[in-house]
Amino acid sequence: MKNFDLIKLPFSKNNPILVQVLGICSCLAVTAQLKPAVVMSLSVIVVVVLSNVIISLLRNTIPPRIRIIVQLVVVSTLVVLVDQVLKAYVYDVSKQLSVFVGLIITNCIVMGRLEAFAMVQKPWASFLDGLGNGLGYSVILIVLGFVREFFGSGTLWGYPVMEKLGLYEVGYENNGLMIMPPMALILVGLIIWWHRSKNKDLCE
Amino acid sequence: MEYINIFIKSIFVDNMIFAFFLGMCSYLAVSKTVKTSAGLGIAVTFVLIITVPINYLLNKYFLQEGALAWLSPALANVDLSFLSLIMFIAVIAAIVQMVEMIVEKFSPALYNSLGIFLPLIAVNCAVMSGSLFMQERGYANIGEATVFALGSGIGWFLAIVAIAAIREKLRYSHIPPALRGVGITFIITGLMGLAFMSFMGFKL
Repeated sequence: MKNFDLIKLPFSKNNPILVQVLGICSCLAVTAQLKPAVVMSLSVIVVVVLSNVIISLLRNTIPPRIRIIVQLVVVSTLVVLVDQVLKAYVYDVSKQLSVFVGLIITNCIVMGRLEAFAMVQKPWASFLDGLGNGLGYSVILIVLGFVREFFGSGTLWGYPVMEKLGLYEVGYENNGLMIMPPMALILVGLIIWWHRSKNKDLCE
Repeated sequence: MEYINIFIKSIFVDNMIFAFFLGMCSYLAVSKTVKTSAGLGIAVTFVLIITVPINYLLNKYFLQEGALAWLSPALANVDLSFLSLIMFIAVIAAIVQMVEMIVEKFSPALYNSLGIFLPLIAVNCAVMSGSLFMQERGYANIGEATVFALGSGIGWFLAIVAIAAIREKLRYSHIPPALRGVGITFIITGLMGLAFMSFMGFKL
């Protein structure tokens, strides 16, 4: 039951974006379209799971004074690997994500989970915690990517949905505001509003 | 003239927070009072001014393709740019450690009020992306890189002080309970981002 909670809680009650307010930067910058959002989610899941496991294995040998540097070295090694894989297999998306793949290093979710969880827990629990938080992060990214691409450009994964439905002929216009970065912030704000009104105990 | 252009551009047009949403985590978490946020803004600016030029030199003389040619002509084809993420974060982590010691020595009050967010400047996306943008945009000389770092730092400082001032006033306003705190801050940041978009294409 406890292990199941590690996966389940980050989805809603302890969502990294909505409740812990971590990893906002990348969440806003890469969600103008669905495809980069999904690629970014997968990269973050890989990095957070592996770094959680590695740090958890090393946790008894890391001196507390230099722990941040040790964590950063582990995380940045993983990120370099992810970056190279993306460049090799999905070059166009990797160009679109530009510096944001590198910024997974400084993604607060990764550091936050390492500090709060992996430094004090066993590897298997850390694995589940990383997976749960990675998935909780991905859910928000994919929702944002879906809404922004659908209403902003009228496409989904590059497929012109609105055009096929023939809505442009009856006077439908794309909402250009949705593609602009500030709209991502406002959408996250609205999701937080909805989420907290469902979970009254989270209100400030 | 080029310097002034880069300076103004990095403060307003390419503002780290309102145009790229970098450094959002500490921006959201520390912006409760103007005083603390001004302290953090200065610390971030300071770290940026030191790390970006150092990383510029690293990039120019070690990491870029063909950068090692000054050592011996045989190394002219070596491209170490895949190491740049690790090198940059190592420099940043070292400088942040130093800043932490200096602040602790000379201003214990500021040190206590910043708490965990001082060491976390190391994983502040604004600092890391300062170095990454410097690499991506290819500034012509170290002066331009330094001016860019100063501008980005001041832009970040202005943004966090502005939102802190707004949040101090917001405490007396009537907001739906579920939207209080993080939710409304997100929405206001989005609106400020929209306002900052009016600087787009601004050139001196």
